[in-house]
Amino acid sequence: MPDSGTNTGIGASVRRKEDFRFLTGKGKYTDDLNRPGQAHAYFLLSPHARAKINGIDTNAAKQAPGVVDVFTAADLAADGVSGPICGWVVTQKNGEPHKSPAVSALASDRVNYVGEQVAIVVAETLAQAKDAAELIEVNYQPQPALIKMKDALANGAAQLHDDVPGNLCFDWEIGDKAATDAAFKKAHHVTKIDIHNNRLIPNAIEPRAAIGDYDSGMDMMTLYTTSQNPHVARLVLAAFMGLGPENKLRVVAPDVGGGFGSKIYVYRDEIVTLWAAKKLGRPVKWTAERSASFLTDAHGRDHDTHAELAVDKDGTFLGLRVSTLANVGAHNQIFSTATPSYLYGCLLAGQYRTPAVYGEVKTVFTNTAPVDAYRGAGRPEATFVVERLVEKTAKEMGIDRAELRRRNFIPPDQFPYQSPCLVQYDSGDFPHLLDRAMEVIDYAGFSARKQASAERGKLRGIGLSCWIEACGLAPSAVVGFLGGGVGQWESANIKFNPTGSVTLYTGSHSHGQGHETVFAQIISEHLGVPVESVEVVHGDTAVVPFGMGTYGSRSGPVGGGAVYKAAQKIVEKGRKIAAHLLEASVEDIEYAGGTYSVAGTDRTKTMAEIAFAAYVPHNYPLDVLEPGLDETAFFDPMNFTFPSGAYFAEVEVDPDTGVVTVLDMVGIDDVGTVMNPMIVAGQLHGGFAQGIGQALYEQCVYDENGQLLTGSLMDYCMPRADHFPSFRTEETNQPCPHNPLGVKGCGEAGAIGSPVAMLNAVIDAIGVNIDMPATPEKVWRALQSQAQAAE
Amino acid sequence: MKTITVTVNGAVYEETVSERMLLVDFLREQLALTGTHVGCTYEGVCGACTICLDGEAVKSCLMLAVQADGHSITTVEGLAGDKLTPLQQAFIENHGLQCGFCTSGILMNMSEFLEKNPNPSDDDIRHGLIGNLCRCTGYVHIVKAVRAAAAVGR
Repeated sequence: MPDSGTNTGIGASVRRKEDFRFLTGKGKYTDDLNRPGQAHAYFLLSPHARAKINGIDTNAAKQAPGVVDVFTAADLAADGVSGPICGWVVTQKNGEPHKSPAVSALASDRVNYVGEQVAIVVAETLAQAKDAAELIEVNYQPQPALIKMKDALANGAAQLHDDVPGNLCFDWEIGDKAATDAAFKKAHHVTKIDIHNNRLIPNAIEPRAAIGDYDSGMDMMTLYTTSQNPHVARLVLAAFMGLGPENKLRVVAPDVGGGFGSKIYVYRDEIVTLWAAKKLGRPVKWTAERSASFLTDAHGRDHDTHAELAVDKDGTFLGLRVSTLANVGAHNQIFSTATPSYLYGCLLAGQYRTPAVYGEVKTVFTNTAPVDAYRGAGRPEATFVVERLVEKTAKEMGIDRAELRRRNFIPPDQFPYQSPCLVQYDSGDFPHLLDRAMEVIDYAGFSARKQASAERGKLRGIGLSCWIEACGLAPSAVVGFLGGGVGQWESANIKFNPTGSVTLYTGSHSHGQGHETVFAQIISEHLGVPVESVEVVHGDTAVVPFGMGTYGSRSGPVGGGAVYKAAQKIVEKGRKIAAHLLEASVEDIEYAGGTYSVAGTDRTKTMAEIAFAAYVPHNYPLDVLEPGLDETAFFDPMNFTFPSGAYFAEVEVDPDTGVVTVLDMVGIDDVGTVMNPMIVAGQLHGGFAQGIGQALYEQCVYDENGQLLTGSLMDYCMPRADHFPSFRTEETNQPCPHNPLGVKGCGEAGAIGSPVAMLNAVIDAIGVNIDMPATPEKVWRALQSQAQAAE
Repeated sequence: MKTITVTVNGAVYEETVSERMLLVDFLREQLALTGTHVGCTYEGVCGACTICLDGEAVKSCLMLAVQADGHSITTVEGLAGDKLTPLQQAFIENHGLQCGFCTSGILMNMSEFLEKNPNPSDDDIRHGLIGNLCRCTGYVHIVKAVRAAAAVGR
């Protein structure tokens, strides 16, 4: 790690400006905030996965000690308040839009999953609210639950929603079916897989929380909440949920303790908490208990896929066919249609020249919690399909896994490369990534290591994944063309203070990614202001310019791009001020590293002098130049970014117990320009941990009645520190060609490429195809069945 | 209700609490020490609420406030004196935190750990960390930070 030393610009491992407050307990997360006179809310959650509600009696609860009031769907309907919305219209095979059932903010005549919010109790204390909730009598009429996708799709199955026949959200396709069918006819070999991408529960360590506050004097509603995108939340609350006009609504997302996608959405509890605060005329605070987080946070993944790869006798890929069932849970949310369609299907070509690809996806409503974008969102699922197929093909054809990939890589000189799956890859050097990964893992030495393990009675395996993703979510034109409901630019406002320090207001939101440091580095690099003199402000719609927030690895490439653009505007305005102060023409003013100079002279003005003159314009050309040094920029790039990587996992399996020990995890990443190597490494490590969690440990399990069996951190196995060794990461630092910083984004990469690398390693070790997570029981059973088959 | 006397970060508090109040809620709500966090909501499995009680790292969601009567507590707010401890400083230098939510508990656990294990191996550190869940870091930089702090301590 380079020493931060005096260099605080792009590329330096500047230590994080945000750390001090967290290390001293001075962070301010939503649950740490309290408003004067606040009451406490508790939500009554459905115990049934599917039931009709024949009536709700709240009288006893309303009489309970300390209770302020109890509300149900009828109260919200009377005020015109509605529930979560879908933000992306997917056009089906038949040309019709996907089905998106209307959702109320509290369950009204039926519940569709365990944990669905039925009523809110507001009381003086949380304990009183919880006690009173037990007095609410809901007349449920339970009905058989539809938990498995095939059951929900079966002929004659009951419907979750009256307006969604067959429980089918959409039937969608991508690619060229005829060309793909033709490719398969020419195939020398066809590899087939049937795989399940396991359902995950995001589990940011900070549970979701919300505080509603209403200022009647100003007629202003404020929602403090655990959001990754406060302006989007405000837009949705105002435009779709009936909570008032945007100008009378403020959303504050203070310090947020991790998101991973699960805090993108506007949830029912947030809507209702805010509404209740206005209704009652006093602040209302709600914080999810972890068990409620398990039940109500959006889950991730949950695909069943059949896929086939057609290859010729040399191992050249000819065609790829993919058919997927994706679970969307009980109802749609903001990205729940985009995630299993465009964010998935567009990446099915992977790093390869496969000329013909055809994918079809059916998304299905089931009586489970909503499923939406979770770290990687569709791209881990695509990578899983492609890299399981390729690995299995290598095994079936007797070609080395690395060699087979190399034969099919898109060559580095073929970019920009039009994928058969809609997107145009902008850049990449896949052979280089693989070469370096093979060096770092010592691929050549693997067989000797395997032998050494065998001598100790252990099964050693190595797994590879060569992946590409599309992120940096933008550009608005493409997103809109594909059905997205909003723009996907980002904003930045740089305000110089008269004394030369800077306050940057960004529309991005940091919930662990380190924006306060990295965005300050961009300012430092381009405006010559040291990072300690840059304050980065985010997360408050009353303060920052409208922004789209943070998800899809977009803050570096898109949010950073906006900071860069605003900095360039500052430089250009400063140039005019400098020309005046230095009595030279603007054309003769040169700028570098925070200093303006007259070309060919030693006459200079620093940025601090320029800022002072801008705010103290005593000698200033007011006829041609406004006072102030304050510029806003919106950045909307021309394309997605396309990070890529080559990941190796190496494991050892104990055949007696089925326990998988992670021995090594190596990632060589092309995430574009690395702005802060220390932070990028941290992002990749975190992605690896979540990806390995998916591959080996994590699994959301509902029973046949729709009860969540993995409903606590004692039942849902999240990775702990003794589950794996320290990961090894390197970045190639090759710039993205179409954004000004060259950044591709690194937030999701680790979680996209690592699950399949890890599963490939386990399968290599045991010689049996299994699904994730490769738990000891599953591995042990696979080994037993293999042994029995051999007898 | 019951009146208890506790020393928290060196200050003595005499407070009246409900018998059912958990220690973590007492610290957060009654003393406004919100650096101690609740992650798993009182199951004792995430470690975000870890504090130091009479020199020992304990999860404050698994104790009642009344059980702390007569005891001395240090929370994350009480770790640093005039300057950060070597462990806190090592977390900055090695990027041992991202969102920061689990960090208080990890610092409290590892502060005690380093006192008892001044020369730990990475395996020792990883084993010492199993009571704390972190979803952001993959633990790599946390382990590195604890190792670095141990080196400073020596």
